[in-house]
Amino acid sequence: MIAGGMKRAFPILSILTALLLAYAFYEALWVAPMERTMGDVQRIFYYHVPSAWTAFLLFSVNLVASVIYLVRRSAKADAVALVSAEVGVVFCTIVLVTGPIWARPVWGIWWTWDLRLTLTLVLWLIYVSYLVLRRFSDSSQTPKLAAVLAIFGALDVPLVYFSIWFFRTQHPQPVIGGGGSIDPRMLHVLLINWLAFSCFAFLVCWARYRLEWMQREVDEMESVESLQGATR
Amino acid sequence: MNSVKFLWAAYIATWLIHGFYIGSIVRRYGRLRQRMKDLRK
Repeated sequence: MIAGGMKRAFPILSILTALLLAYAFYEALWVAPMERTMGDVQRIFYYHVPSAWTAFLLFSVNLVASVIYLVRRSAKADAVALVSAEVGVVFCTIVLVTGPIWARPVWGIWWTWDLRLTLTLVLWLIYVSYLVLRRFSDSSQTPKLAAVLAIFGALDVPLVYFSIWFFRTQHPQPVIGGGGSIDPRMLHVLLINWLAFSCFAFLVCWARYRLEWMQREVDEMESVESLQGATR
Repeated sequence: MNSVKFLWAAYIATWLIHGFYIGSIVRRYGRLRQRMKDLRK
């Protein structure tokens, strides 16, 4: 019933999300005040930070779903874990691409082996390994192994997040909490962008989840057909 | 410092990555639908 309702709501939610993303884009480029020292390049922050927060959220969903899978062996939890990791990697890739584009004009370099940057790269590599394992291993133990890997991978999320709180790094200080300060208009634009990207991530996850079920259905049909072929 | 070109580069890269991923979902969906049709024949 929920799936049927969501199927009908999907086009409406997609239009609303597209409008919200367009509004967030407009706010980021034309409404948010210009930062005094960095100028316009600081506006990358309205895509970089919400993408990072969304990736963290998706990796947390992956952790919860992996634990549920290990406890209950639920196929739905396994599918949610896979989907959240895949979409999380997409958002984490955006963080790793937009960060250096911001760093080049501001720091004068594309990349430095700073703790926050290095831990984010390690986080990305862990979840890419998770996806490679899911894609290329066809053992019946794969979901279990992937769930365990996901739990270890999730340990890196708080390390990435708190690395700039507890260590001296080149990366800018946190904008919320941690002693950092931000203009309220900038914070408003940041939160609107995060909301827009979170809605977008939810819709992409939903589409990918449906695709995953379809894939499992086709695999089942193929194995039934091959069994029938073998018994003929 | 011409920072505007870096700003646009970051925004375009973001949407290229999302576009590429959504495109891959659509392609996989098309392939699966075809396989499903073939299996039901």
